[in-house]
Amino acid sequence: MVNCRCLTKVVCGFDFAILLHFAFLAASFLLRLVVMVTVCNVSFMAMFTFKMGELVTDKHVKYILSVEKRKDDFESVVMEHLRMNGAYWGLTALDLMGKLDVVDVNEVVSWVMSCQHDSGGFGGNVGHDPHILYTLSAVQVLALFDKMDLIDADKVTNYIVGLQNEDGSFSGDMWGEVDTRFSYIAICCLSIIHRLDKINVEKAVKYIISCKNMDGGFGCTPGGESHAGQIFCCVGALALTGSLDLVNKDLLGWWLCERQVKSGGLNGRPEKLPDVCYSWWVLSSLIMIDRVHWISREKLIKFILDCQDKEKGGISDRPDDAVDVFHTYFGVAGLSLLEYPGLKPIDPAYALPVDVVNRIFFKK
Amino acid sequence: MKNSGWKWVLSKGHSSIDKELRLLDAFQKADPRNFHAWNYRRFVAALMKRPDEDELKYTEEVIGANFSNYSAWHNRSILLSNLLKRKAEGYFPKENVLEGEFELVHNAIFTDPDDQSGWFYHLWLIDQTVKIDAPLLVSSWPSHGFNITLQGNKCLHGSGLCVLNSTLPNTGTLPIILYFNQAVEGVNSSTVNVKSELLSGDLVWKPLSTNNSNNAQVWVAYLDIRNLEVQLSKTYVVEISLGHSKGIVSSSGYDYGHPSRVTFELCIQTAYTEPVEQQEGKSNSWKDDDFQKFDHLQESDPICSADQVTSEIDHIPTTSGRCEEAVVNEINQFRDLLSEIDCKIGKLTLARLLTAVDSLPSPRANNMVNTEEILQLYDDLMRLDPTHYLYYKDEHSLVLLRQITSSRDSILPYCHYKKTAIEAFAGYVCLRLQNLSLSRMGSIENLLWVQTLDLSHNQLRSIEGLEAMQLLSCLNLSHNKLGSFTALGPLRLLKSLKVLNISYNEIGSHSIDTRRYLCSSPLSHTEEFAWDQFEIFADSIGISAATFWEPFLIFQSLNLTELDTKGNPVADENFRSFLVKVLPTLKWLDEEDLS
Repeated sequence: MVNCRCLTKVVCGFDFAILLHFAFLAASFLLRLVVMVTVCNVSFMAMFTFKMGELVTDKHVKYILSVEKRKDDFESVVMEHLRMNGAYWGLTALDLMGKLDVVDVNEVVSWVMSCQHDSGGFGGNVGHDPHILYTLSAVQVLALFDKMDLIDADKVTNYIVGLQNEDGSFSGDMWGEVDTRFSYIAICCLSIIHRLDKINVEKAVKYIISCKNMDGGFGCTPGGESHAGQIFCCVGALALTGSLDLVNKDLLGWWLCERQVKSGGLNGRPEKLPDVCYSWWVLSSLIMIDRVHWISREKLIKFILDCQDKEKGGISDRPDDAVDVFHTYFGVAGLSLLEYPGLKPIDPAYALPVDVVNRIFFKK
Repeated sequence: MKNSGWKWVLSKGHSSIDKELRLLDAFQKADPRNFHAWNYRRFVAALMKRPDEDELKYTEEVIGANFSNYSAWHNRSILLSNLLKRKAEGYFPKENVLEGEFELVHNAIFTDPDDQSGWFYHLWLIDQTVKIDAPLLVSSWPSHGFNITLQGNKCLHGSGLCVLNSTLPNTGTLPIILYFNQAVEGVNSSTVNVKSELLSGDLVWKPLSTNNSNNAQVWVAYLDIRNLEVQLSKTYVVEISLGHSKGIVSSSGYDYGHPSRVTFELCIQTAYTEPVEQQEGKSNSWKDDDFQKFDHLQESDPICSADQVTSEIDHIPTTSGRCEEAVVNEINQFRDLLSEIDCKIGKLTLARLLTAVDSLPSPRANNMVNTEEILQLYDDLMRLDPTHYLYYKDEHSLVLLRQITSSRDSILPYCHYKKTAIEAFAGYVCLRLQNLSLSRMGSIENLLWVQTLDLSHNQLRSIEGLEAMQLLSCLNLSHNKLGSFTALGPLRLLKSLKVLNISYNEIGSHSIDTRRYLCSSPLSHTEEFAWDQFEIFADSIGISAATFWEPFLIFQSLNLTELDTKGNPVADENFRSFLVKVLPTLKWLDEEDLS
């Protein structure tokens, strides 16, 4: 989920039997979609096309759906193991654009559940080993579809609790790799299923703070260099545990706002190239500590919009590069955080639409 | 390239440590910013117990080859922190070490001011130079040496009259506020000794934290004077001492610095009586015409400023002369840089250095000498680097507030009293800070005495820190940029707040809430949602928790008599009926009499 290597393509493959059914659905939906979207967006777009350029929502929806159909090319096969992450990226992007209903809920949900192991953890695909990364994505996807009742909360909790180490850190799986990313994932996942009290929160927070650096940022392990992806995970985990008072918001805020380069895009650490995925990691961190006004929102919106492929749909890491679902999600989520019109608001800590988060916490 | 794979290889004995280090050297030459390699290097160095000094030398080599290596600077900061903390041989005193480090980082910054690699290391060096690790008391209310006279449910200072608007009449308690230089925990009746004949039992200290933490920069306790068996007209001394026993600790583990004492006097002339319900004919006015400036301040006026003595300290901490020397040296270096290149990092660093010099706790008489220059630098930066305009604006606001609250003379122009006070007395002080382009609040440690505050017509997006103003009873925030209900979070901790004006803000115009995780709520597991109480309102007006949880969370904990919300997109009829239900004590809503 937060692997900063830029992946070229991610596949949410489906069985061939469903493929045809899906293709037919997609075709008929797409036609209605284009008409609907055009009518609704004309008023919004009229206002903004002049100033900031246009978000070609319908093209992106088409792109995401097309990616799900592909499963035989080399890249799809190579990325098969993180299909669960891909599902989360694609489906959340669709929901933010208000188009989650074009997907067959039951197909997706049954596939997600088939990736769960006895241990309670979820694998990246059917038959793949469980890992904390895919467990969070699975829970998030089920939350999107309001299918929380399908989750055996105790089972998932046991899996995650088993991954907490003595020092409060979390391992990704039974093979033991420790990274603050996994602290965020554990805390986020347990929060969604209302089981945060089952881990040692105090120790978890203490471990995250031990990864705080001279620049106010956070690394993957104690002593690790500050990196926007890790900062998002640590700040997110601290936000969800009510511990943001332990963050030096002014110091970190300055480091984060200096990620914005001349082109308006954001990089992940000093003297590196901008990338659309940082529109999520840097931006959501800035929002959680209330320092987002320290960057230029207009310039960042323009950068993200310039990263679109306006013909075929999809968003890439920087203008004129190849698109992928990973960057499409981060571009759309970033625009949502920037209050771009026509997109549902996303919660910066849970990385789920705000209405989904409200449903989780404020529906009795 | 996964870290865990390499570590596994080593642990299985498939490679020797020395070989790994040589391999790493080669790898890092090829890819000096690869953080996996640096992580692995840390792992290998620890395994072979390589001294920090040697690793520090390595970072110096890397930087020498190419200063534009943030990873090397970062690692240097980790290694140096360790060496300084344990006062390793050759690394003590810290001033010697820091001097050399400043020289090293100048190479990076002065050669290419646009390269960020050295910026953050330099800022860290400044912090290492001026910081005071130990928590200390910065201010308190009542202040040291204060003289309070209570007359029934009114409170006087010396010969001037100052009514504690609502604190005393409504709660019968007097707050005692302790403001530290950083967040601490462990403030309780064993670590803070309060001696007075007025006390019958121990005081209960509460942390003023907006996210329900037990760690806070400001703590408060309430002195209950309702049932006191007191001798009238006798002057009681209240002595607060801290730091005499261990327990007050900062989040980095440092103990409270120096034993200190705050002493104030209390005299009760007439016994406290329950207040009579006052029928006030009109709502609170904030209009210019209703206020008059003070033309001078009397000793007895209840106004505090930064130049007052905070407390009696057994050993007054002064910064070492070397610290001031180091900062002044840096100032000269950066003035030289700016004379050659007009660069952003030059101006920003100079502004920060001048601010540091002004804030040094030295016995010099004239602090704040550099304010004009600092404000000008931030103005320049707003033009030079418009992308980060609002960052410089926030810093500008902080400097301005520091200057305004620095002395009685500087705060005088902002102190007003009501021309038509309810009773014929010199009136209470209203601090009027409107139209100052303030985008952020600060210097709250100098504003603990304020009861009526006008912050209207500014650009405030948050009121972070206001929770410390325990005496605040009337607050005007109209015509600002507050964008959500959660931005009002600090007000939940103000027991005395009665009159609130939040008209003409931006509540309801933003889909994204930037204060959400800085306010206690179920989302951050710092508070449970009060379903039972919510359902009482929900049914009668037909609202859902999903859409109304934020205003419910905020307003349910306030006891307002007056509220103005007009001009906010969210303020519609539905919202007004909700407010009337959730604030039973409300008498005036949007300037309309509710009775």
